[in-house]
Amino acid sequence: MTEDGQSVETAHLGFTTSPHEECAVEEAVLLTEANGGTVTVMTAGPAEAEEQLRYAASVGATELVLIPTDEADGPWDPQRTAAALTEAIQGIEAEHGPFDLILFGNESADSGGYQVGVRVARALGRSIVNGIKGIEFPEDDPDVVIARRAVDAGFEVYRLPRPAVLGVKEGLNLPRYPTMRGRLASKKAELRSIDADGDAGGQAMIRLHRPEEQVSTTEIIGDSSKSADEVAVKVVDLLEELGVLTTGGGA
Amino acid sequence: MTMLVVIEHDRGALAEAGREALTAARDLAERLDLEVHAVVLGQSGADLADELGAHGASTVHVADHDLLADYGPDAWAETVRQLADELDAEVVLSVGTDRGNEVLANLAARTDLPFVANCTTIDAEDDDQWSMTRVQWGGSLLEDATLSADRKLVTFAHHAVVAETTDDGDAEVVAFEPDLDPDDDPTLATTVIVDRMVMTQGVTLSTAPVVVSGGRGVGSADGFGPLEELAELLDGRVGCSRAVTNNGWRPHADQVGQTGTRIVPEIYIATGISGAIQHWVGAMASKKILALNTDPEANMVTKADYAVIADLHEVVPAISAEIRRRRGA
Ligand SMILES: Cc1cc2nc3c(=O)[nH]c(=O)nc-3n(C[C@H](O)[C@H](O)[C@H](O)COP(=O)(O)OP(=O)(O)OC[C@H]3O[C@@H](n4cnc5c(N)ncnc54)[C@H](O)[C@@H]3O)c2cc1C
Ligand SMILES: Nc1ncnc2c1ncn2[C@@H]1O[C@H](COP(=O)(O)O)[C@@H](O)[C@H]1O
Repeated sequence: MTEDGQSVETAHLGFTTSPHEECAVEEAVLLTEANGGTVTVMTAGPAEAEEQLRYAASVGATELVLIPTDEADGPWDPQRTAAALTEAIQGIEAEHGPFDLILFGNESADSGGYQVGVRVARALGRSIVNGIKGIEFPEDDPDVVIARRAVDAGFEVYRLPRPAVLGVKEGLNLPRYPTMRGRLASKKAELRSIDADGDAGGQAMIRLHRPEEQVSTTEIIGDSSKSADEVAVKVVDLLEELGVLTTGGGA
Repeated sequence: MTMLVVIEHDRGALAEAGREALTAARDLAERLDLEVHAVVLGQSGADLADELGAHGASTVHVADHDLLADYGPDAWAETVRQLADELDAEVVLSVGTDRGNEVLANLAARTDLPFVANCTTIDAEDDDQWSMTRVQWGGSLLEDATLSADRKLVTFAHHAVVAETTDDGDAEVVAFEPDLDPDDDPTLATTVIVDRMVMTQGVTLSTAPVVVSGGRGVGSADGFGPLEELAELLDGRVGCSRAVTNNGWRPHADQVGQTGTRIVPEIYIATGISGAIQHWVGAMASKKILALNTDPEANMVTKADYAVIADLHEVVPAISAEIRRRRGA
């Protein structure tokens, strides 16, 4: 964290695209490879976010849009972020017609507000379902998208009219790595900057802090000075003590 | 004045989150002098009234409509919005499961109110501005935040509160008929479950009493064979780290962590996993953790209750053999 507790120190870590969104980009590329079309990636962020947009280009995104945010003009809460994204999307759609599908991450890896996608979908008047780990454009119906949501023991299935919005989760696919050619092309891809903004709502961040660590002492119950069989005896003694070794179970 | 608690259930089966939500609500409502009302969506909700009363609801609203026959985030949110208006609710609260956060986000979007997800504590002394702590970075950091709004929309992080019953008496059950018209408001009808696919029978990763996980140290997809065997002997499930799913060795459904499953087993056996913070946040609710790693300095080892510092390829099969020996097989 930074000393003032306002953000995470990025000077040494840098930024990276989070897993849910990486899968969203991959899915969009897969869908256009199968059906034709273009993939636009959009982020509202500082100038450094250009790197993530270019990464998306290196794995197949065709249009890159940055909505520059300046923390100096006040905080970006979920309502302001959603308003800015909505405005930018509407601007592009006014030129090119509606996107068939807009994908969001289920939640952002950092602030985890669980809402920006839902707010944008509502502002656009479109259906949205979150937690999606399977997307299909059925061949017999060009007006819908079938979305599978992962739940504990399987999937729930939703059928949304297009244009639709989905909040997706990692596991939707296995994102590809950029090829050398993709990397080179991404350097030359055009990056469009769109100014868009909105009003923040009534939620304000005061500071970040680390959760209290549960102080634990680790009991080393075996190491390589003993044979694997000797170590196994200790481990199974422990399992027995913890009551998870229901005799006969599963065997 | 009232606090409205959205109760999560699946076709009439109350989720633990529903009990947690009421437990959290009770404490907050007492400090703010609010009545705790619960809302259950769908007709099957009526069967839950006793249990909701036992967890502190003074009134249970059973909302029924054709569009509420199965889960649909937007129809649930619009129903809650109408009921909250009718009750003039000051607070709408739920627990931050996938559904809980999704319904509150839809409610927030419909009303243009702020929504604070995944609080661990809420410090509400006066009605105007609340202070709270919420989860960021999947649980590796906490955020102190404030919330000002005419109606406060919040979820508590799942498992942040332990559900407890109270003996304050029975809940009054009231039927609520929302006005849901898809002709005027099409997304109400287009976001409802149309079908289900069951993939796993029996115990799942998120409920398994024993989880045996492997990380990059396992080395290959085939390397998971001995872990499968151990998990089976313990009636448990196999889990893994993101390094493993990224390599395509296991399906993502097995991943434990921030962007995978959060597990709560009696014992978590983590082999060949370094214990990166994003993995740890999915594992930390385990009752006991046994780390098996060649590196005594690995995070997983220093944070675990028990550790074995050795090669997993030798020790895991030996553990299975010892279990079989004791069972006389
Ligand atoms: C936003 C975000 C979300 C993420 N979400 C998740 C998530 O949900 N789940 C997750 O797991 N990760 C997640 N990650 C990735 C995480 O940061 C780590 O990269 C990942 O957990 C590392 O996996 P690992 O421990 O298997 O691999 P490594 O870190 O490479 O560790 C391998 C370990 O195996 C040990 N080892 C090697 N050989 C042996 C042997 N023969 N016997 C015993 N031990 C051995 C090594 O000592 C080492 O400790 C996320 C990252 C980000 C940025
Ligand atoms: N600044 C942003 N720029 C672009 N997309 C965003 C931004 N913030 C959030 N999102 C999207 O909205 C999703 C949900 O975010 P959140 O509501 O913060 O959990 C994320 O997974 C992203 O897809």
